[in-house]
Amino acid sequence: MRTIAIKMLFGDTAKFYGILLGLSFATLLIAQQASIFVGLMSRTYALIEETPQADLWVTDPTMQFVDDTKPMQVTALQRVRSVDGVGWAVPLFKGLLVAKLPSGSRQICDVVGVDDASLIGVPARMIKGDVSVLRKPDTIIIETRGARSRLAQPINPADPSGPKRPIEIGEELELNERRAVIGGIAETKPTFQNVPTIYTTYSRAIGFAPANRRTLSMILVKAAPGVSVTELRDRIARETDLAVYTPHDFAWTTITYWMTQTGIPINFGIAIVLGFLVGVAIAGQMFYNFTLDNLKYFGAMKAMGATTGRLLGLVALQGAVAGVLGLGLGLGVTSIVGLAIPGDKLAFKMTWHIPVIAAAAVIFIVVASSLFSMRRVVKLDPSEVFQG
Amino acid sequence: MSEPANSIVCNELFKTFGVGDSMVRALRGVNLEVRFGEMMALVGPSGCGKTTLISILAGLLQRDEGELTVLGTDPSALSNHERTLWRGKNVGFIFQQFNLIPQVSILENVAVPLLLRHHPKKDALDRAAKLLEEVGLKGREMTRPNKLSGGQQQRVAIARALVTGPRLLVCDEPTSALDGATGQKVMGLIRELTAAAERVVIVVTHDERIYHFADRIAHLDDGRVTHVSTPAEALAESAQRMGDAAKRH
Repeated sequence: MRTIAIKMLFGDTAKFYGILLGLSFATLLIAQQASIFVGLMSRTYALIEETPQADLWVTDPTMQFVDDTKPMQVTALQRVRSVDGVGWAVPLFKGLLVAKLPSGSRQICDVVGVDDASLIGVPARMIKGDVSVLRKPDTIIIETRGARSRLAQPINPADPSGPKRPIEIGEELELNERRAVIGGIAETKPTFQNVPTIYTTYSRAIGFAPANRRTLSMILVKAAPGVSVTELRDRIARETDLAVYTPHDFAWTTITYWMTQTGIPINFGIAIVLGFLVGVAIAGQMFYNFTLDNLKYFGAMKAMGATTGRLLGLVALQGAVAGVLGLGLGLGVTSIVGLAIPGDKLAFKMTWHIPVIAAAAVIFIVVASSLFSMRRVVKLDPSEVFQG
Repeated sequence: MSEPANSIVCNELFKTFGVGDSMVRALRGVNLEVRFGEMMALVGPSGCGKTTLISILAGLLQRDEGELTVLGTDPSALSNHERTLWRGKNVGFIFQQFNLIPQVSILENVAVPLLLRHHPKKDALDRAAKLLEEVGLKGREMTRPNKLSGGQQQRVAIARALVTGPRLLVCDEPTSALDGATGQKVMGLIRELTAAAERVVIVVTHDERIYHFADRIAHLDDGRVTHVSTPAEALAESAQRMGDAAKRH
């Protein structure tokens, strides 16, 4: 009987495709918008993910998110190093600076200055060159997306608005009137600000930056062997009055800022809710109409000895099949879109939560419309089959 | 315990729908006996209570008052669930509009009553194929209902009604959607396939051309069985009424 119920669903082509379209479109909207939202949010803490060596991040207490750099006095580094249990502590500079490109145009860049001695904080995946180039004078490392896009140079220098080529190793920029030579190109995770990121040494970075009494953006800390990270975090915070985060907490602090202080979640939330409502409106209505159209057959089955439970099982099966197909199709299209569009064009990250949320939404739509449909089946009087 | 000679016994059956001003007394004391092996036609004007009576006999509706025995059971005394199971086991239905599921083959349509009772699929389809052969549709098993003529669809409905081997077959206007010749063939087929001592057939009809297939004809009017006649007597009565009407004009 299950086969017949499924054939009834597939056989009503117009309604079946309507239900499928509604469910898959709802899934697509929910999953795609959620994936882009997660993708965007994950970019806000890209720097933390790019620096896995640090157990703790120490910042100014008023700093709200990764890009909200509030420089500290350089003495903060010594205070942190003096805390018992610190294995090592290194400085990190982070700030937006204007770079003058070889073509003469200017581009805002995110400059990250890493510890001169250890180079902790330099991206791990070098595409061209080696991190050791930073030991050469005036050298910087740029990342691939920036090299291909915002830092790209015109093929014909006489035509600055013409076709462009990626900027290459050996070419020079100017940062705050100072020469910076590209020594390497690295692959890094996209950032939320979507400006080119330049890596250099801490001392060189503060030389690029405008003169300021406070230059220390953050301090990266590694716990000494055998020391509890959480205990060390509390100890540093207590002894220095600075903010101390584990990478996980720092990432969540950043996400929380963007979630609570910007309109981004509301905008994506509206799109997701609209997707859900589209699903309810199209798929729910179609499924209900499909059941109404088949009510006379359900009535005949009831007359022929089908229990109400048996008929409800058939309706539930039809709903489940439509739901699984709609969900699969929607998630499939979402994944294809996510895979097809390059990461620097679309912030897309589908975590395992997103299919689960989309599935929950589809289940809700299917269950709700099935319940409405079932209500008609339950109330169906089998004697109605004799009324023409 | 031996079964009574009468397969159906109705004694002062009453059925009312609605309350207050909208109350309709559909049955007002129906008395009727139908014997095993018999085909009984229920005839009468529209609104006389035919459909209500077969619905009660088939266990689709419950009587309000009176005594009822159908195949040794009072279906109105059963719970909804018990009545549903009783119908599935004992009653076959042939509907005016066939009610065949359009999206599946006629073979699957015929197998539906068995599949609803959790019969093994292969067995159900084998029995359905056998019934389709008996109604003359061998070779058309995988055809969808909408590819068949009205007469052929009603044959499928007959096969579906008989696939569970019911002892009571209830036919609601089985020829009303068919032309005269096809209606005769369909009724002939019902008669042929249901000719068994342990089976009883109730046919609701307005079609005088099929009276002769019935063994007896129960005439209903205003919620009561006014009298029971033979087909010849019923046709004579009908001719008499038509003659009287012609004279009045």
